[in-house]
Amino acid sequence: MIVSILHRATGIALSIAGLAVITWWLMALAHGPEAYATFEKASHSWIGLVVLIGLTWSFFQHLLSGIRHLVMDTGAGFELGVNKTFAILTIVGSVILTALLWAWLLGVRP
Amino acid sequence: MSTGDSSTPIGKAGGLGSAREGGEHWLTERVTSIALLLLGTWFIASILLLPKLDPATFLEWLRAPSGAIPMALLVVVGFKHALDGMKVFIDDYVHEPGANFVINTLLLFLAVAGGAISLYALAVLSFGAAS
Repeated sequence: MIVSILHRATGIALSIAGLAVITWWLMALAHGPEAYATFEKASHSWIGLVVLIGLTWSFFQHLLSGIRHLVMDTGAGFELGVNKTFAILTIVGSVILTALLWAWLLGVRP
Repeated sequence: MSTGDSSTPIGKAGGLGSAREGGEHWLTERVTSIALLLLGTWFIASILLLPKLDPATFLEWLRAPSGAIPMALLVVVGFKHALDGMKVFIDDYVHEPGANFVINTLLLFLAVAGGAISLYALAVLSFGAAS
């Protein structure tokens, strides 16, 4: 239930904010250093970082629960125990992947 | 349902056949999701493997065909999948036909505009037009 709602919520977040950020980022790159500086100022602010981390988590959550939906579309995974485990794993997985990605980007990467 | 009508909703729908549309939309949403599984993974992996996240590195990455082509696919398929998903959401909650049409049409225009802007930006990066 919660994972199903999250699938919608993250889908809407990615559709609106996610695609807006990607479009802005590409336009900023195309328009040269000044435009890119404006984008970078926003994306490096703490609000920008919160948005980007939120979008990263949304992406992984939507991806994992999307895989779950594809499996369920085949008619598999409807047993109560299996279904619940799979649902919880999407959340655990998305949080771990988000943490690993940002740990790499902000710290570990040489 | 008026009083005195003993038929259930499913009884009324029985024999009417399908709405004759929706199947294709449903399938497209799944096909684009599989494409995005690949393109999204490519995007994340590329970001992780780039030596630096500065404009010069991004330009070098997205200027080459190996970056520009998957990126173009990612935005086109991404906007298409977003549009299909938003339609499901809107159709679930906006039942008044006029409002439903207006919102879905607006979202269609936004998605096409967003896709066109992104592709234009990628073209500028590759071919170096106006800046």
